[in-house]
Amino acid sequence: MKKVYAFEKNCLGCGLCEVYCKTAHSKSKDIIKTYKKENIQSAIVVEEILSPKTKTYFALQCRHCSDPKCVKACISGAMYKDETGIVRNIKEKCVGCLSCVLVCPFGAVKKSTEKKIVSKCDLCIETGGNPACVQNCPNNALKLMDEEEVK
Amino acid sequence: MSSSLISPQFEVLRDENKCIQCKVCVKQCANEVHSYDEEDNVVRANDAKCVNCHRCVVLCPTKALKIRKNSLEFRENANWSGQAIDEIYRQAETGGMLLSSMGNPKNFPIYWDKMLLNASQVTNPSIDPLREPMETKVMIGRKPEKLEYDKDGKLVTEMPPQIELNMPIMFSAMSYGSISKNAHESLARAAENLGILYNTGEGGLHKDFYKYGKNTIVQVASGRFGVHVGYLNAGVAVEIKIGQGAKPGIGGHLPGIKVGEDVSATRMIPVGSDAISPAPHHDIYSIEDLRQLIFSLKEATNYQKPVFVKIAAVHNVSAIASGIARAGADAIVIDGFRGGTGAAPTRVRDNVGIPIELALASVDQRLRDEGIRNSISIICAGSIRNSADIVKAIALGADAVYIASAALIAIGCHMCHSCSTGKCNWGIATQDPDLVKRLNPDIAYQRLVNLLNAWDHEIKEMLGGMGINAIDSLRGNRLMLRGVGLNKKELEILGIKHAGE
Repeated sequence: MKKVYAFEKNCLGCGLCEVYCKTAHSKSKDIIKTYKKENIQSAIVVEEILSPKTKTYFALQCRHCSDPKCVKACISGAMYKDETGIVRNIKEKCVGCLSCVLVCPFGAVKKSTEKKIVSKCDLCIETGGNPACVQNCPNNALKLMDEEEVK
Repeated sequence: MSSSLISPQFEVLRDENKCIQCKVCVKQCANEVHSYDEEDNVVRANDAKCVNCHRCVVLCPTKALKIRKNSLEFRENANWSGQAIDEIYRQAETGGMLLSSMGNPKNFPIYWDKMLLNASQVTNPSIDPLREPMETKVMIGRKPEKLEYDKDGKLVTEMPPQIELNMPIMFSAMSYGSISKNAHESLARAAENLGILYNTGEGGLHKDFYKYGKNTIVQVASGRFGVHVGYLNAGVAVEIKIGQGAKPGIGGHLPGIKVGEDVSATRMIPVGSDAISPAPHHDIYSIEDLRQLIFSLKEATNYQKPVFVKIAAVHNVSAIASGIARAGADAIVIDGFRGGTGAAPTRVRDNVGIPIELALASVDQRLRDEGIRNSISIICAGSIRNSADIVKAIALGADAVYIASAALIAIGCHMCHSCSTGKCNWGIATQDPDLVKRLNPDIAYQRLVNLLNAWDHEIKEMLGGMGINAIDSLRGNRLMLRGVGLNKKELEILGIKHAGE
């Protein structure tokens, strides 16, 4: 399956992926309204590593693991791996117990800022499967690729 | 400490209705103009630090930012302009020379814009380049007086080394040090893709770029940085840099802060040491000395590679060009006063040198008058802005042109004239690894390829309009040019007629 891969050598740490992730998952789909009126947790977060000489950034979001710990840990059956391999969370079923947040080895599942549920990357499947972060990365640091392509 | 009298040059205008406090501008500005105030949840700007590079403006997702020239005015005065006053404050505070980057921005005539091209009507049909073959390929190098063949029709004349270019355009010298490794990689890959050449500049050739050798001109300048026999043989041509259009008569100075490990290894100087190129080559004080260096380089490269000599366009440029041709150079590069630079003393950049158009026309005429035009190729440099400038340059006598500012603009340069600060927000004129990675060579090289392919199409279109199907037929064909609003002397030097004649 295709996932979003981050290339540190090109990542500027500008955070535009976060802006567009929030907007893509908003009701209004408008950047200004999203920020001023809605309270959304970005499913992609730019991480910063301070190495001795330079700062390294990379944008992290759900790795859609082949054996997802979050699905196993889910107590309500909200988290599941769909037939295409995308790990998804059914908002209506989620009870916000945060077990998935605890077990995710990447810290890619976040507590939602909206209500008592969790929030994670869905590869923008509801808006056409063309991830907003990839579309709007100014330096091609995010790419939607197969695992084979990356190798 | 007394307070500074310098006012900010620009104003940062933020539309608070659009600002979403995403802090992209804060993270992207290397000059630290923007800052986020957590207590008040607002992003603020320090206008004094802004160089107007547009990085924040371009990346702002809501387009909430605008940069304007500071609207603060001095009392109106035709003689003492705001800039003139500001420069005095600056020098009174620092006691130093004023430094500037890129080309001469002053309001001197741009002759390209005062020349118009011809087109065929009725009696000599124009050619449609979409339907008929059109040649923009050029050969750079010394051409023999005549060609001799044996009785089987085989060429007996020994041809001096020639370089084939797919279009009459090359990337001008910009050293690794003055521009970033990613910028160099972009130029090298674009040159390879387009079948043209890029130039290493005087900073040597990074080990990763030897593989682009077939598309490389290696430069030997007065500092001789990074020059060794492997380097000389790495490219397809060697260029001796005598002068640069932006700063004729002045050497170069790469501050030690930009000499990191990679630049140090490439230039063969210690890490952190200033790289100072003297104003003259200390072994060249005459045309005869220049000839010695030309032939030393030919000897070192086994007479396989053409040697270019680059000079700034100055008052006696045609006589100097004649000397260079007679010294044995294969090509002469004339760099006009609008040519760019990473750093030059402002007064030199703005007041020294002459317009490239006049220099080019007089050099071509002089070499033709002396009957030695065939012995050398002429490369025109110094602010070629578009394909029409190229067509006009070829009609004035150039074999090819060099572009550099235009190439940098294509990969993101916004002409903020702040290269010398080393804080280029576009990852071009900097060695800061955090800034360098902002220029992704995968994107940048494609932009260069796009630009030059577009120009090549335009050149073909204009050639076709003139009824010419090969760029070689345009070279020195000044009948294709007419001047507008030029005086008699200017027309005489350019060797063109006035429009309507």
